[in-house]
Amino acid sequence: MTHIKLFEKVGEFAENKDIAADIRVKKLIPALEKGKRIVLDFENVEGATQSFIHALISDLIRKYGSEVLEKIEFKACNETIKGIITIVVDYMQESYDL
Amino acid sequence: MKMHIPNSAWLNSIDTFLEGFDPKNPEELSITFHKKWLSLHPMVLSMIAALGLNLSPEKINCEELEAKSKHYLERMGLFDLLGVESGIKIKKREAAGRFVPLTQIKTPEELTKFITEVTPLFHLKPIHAEPLRYVISELVRNVLEHSKSPHGAIVSAQYYAKSNKIRIGITDTGVGMWETINQSHNPKDDLDAIRLALTPGITGTTAKEGGTEYNAGAGLFFIKSIASVNKDFLVIYSGRAMYKLLRRKAKRVTLKADPFDDRHSKRGDLPFWNGTAVGIDLSLDATQEFSFLLKLINETYKEAIRERKKAKYKKPQFT
Repeated sequence: MTHIKLFEKVGEFAENKDIAADIRVKKLIPALEKGKRIVLDFENVEGATQSFIHALISDLIRKYGSEVLEKIEFKACNETIKGIITIVVDYMQESYDL
Repeated sequence: MKMHIPNSAWLNSIDTFLEGFDPKNPEELSITFHKKWLSLHPMVLSMIAALGLNLSPEKINCEELEAKSKHYLERMGLFDLLGVESGIKIKKREAAGRFVPLTQIKTPEELTKFITEVTPLFHLKPIHAEPLRYVISELVRNVLEHSKSPHGAIVSAQYYAKSNKIRIGITDTGVGMWETINQSHNPKDDLDAIRLALTPGITGTTAKEGGTEYNAGAGLFFIKSIASVNKDFLVIYSGRAMYKLLRRKAKRVTLKADPFDDRHSKRGDLPFWNGTAVGIDLSLDATQEFSFLLKLINETYKEAIRERKKAKYKKPQFT
């Protein structure tokens, strides 16, 4: 299990796409390649941009298909963050017919 | 280049100001002002500052200010940023709760710092802070990623107590929207490029649905949606074109994937702006819950993708 506490990396507003891409490349993809489950922990993160969430997870859906969502737990998300994650997950699946 | 600052330039009437911009002789800038009064949207200030940053101060001819409200320009940091002596002496007040002076942002780190410092300045409730930092973050990000401007983004904002609005201007003097969108699509002109940039799922980085690992083509659609739902103005000016989202009149809140289906005005015959200038108003009275907005965005976004895919379906040939 790979547990990533996003507040420690991005603070209360998750908007820096470079950090999102860094987490994806250095943490998420290696963990998935090893068959590990992932917890993306949004505790204390108040908001996020669609750009940040896209840079964090869209390529995982593109690479591994929508099944990857069964291996990722989005923890402690408020309603806004849930809404943005849902948008990104939905448009990725809609785009690729996954 | 010549810029005349009229007595009043707000988003609803910005066309006149834009018409008066003269982009000829880009190696120098002449700024003149209305003699009596200046009442300006931050977009106007950001545009002047962005032009001035391309020049050394001795190439900027700034007319001596006579208008009563000249201190406003000094306080917003216009002359500091241009490196021009205004001769105006003011007692600088703390910016808290009132305005964000002209600020140049050139890196993602500067953007993160700006967002962190600016949002608390307005002493906003979370329902208002959320769209403010969202709008600034996504618009400045666009500049940093796509404009190729060495000067980055020029941002300013002001709170207006009477209308209970925050008005924001974000400008660059980069390549403009047509060049960015034209990397993967074929916009026929500047206005078409703005239209495509506002459409969900259209990005200059790829023609594929779903975007790239880094870009989805959703940022400007989100911002238009925030303005539309809250009945606010949004102006985008790039190249010769300007798109202006007008206040929604219908009571029922619906979002449109095609910005030309929204209540709007547009121009394609303005003086050429080398880059992109954006102005947006955020009404604090009318702010809708962000989670409500996101549900609308999700449905509109998915529908737009379905429509585009359907348009590519092969048709049976009946004889």
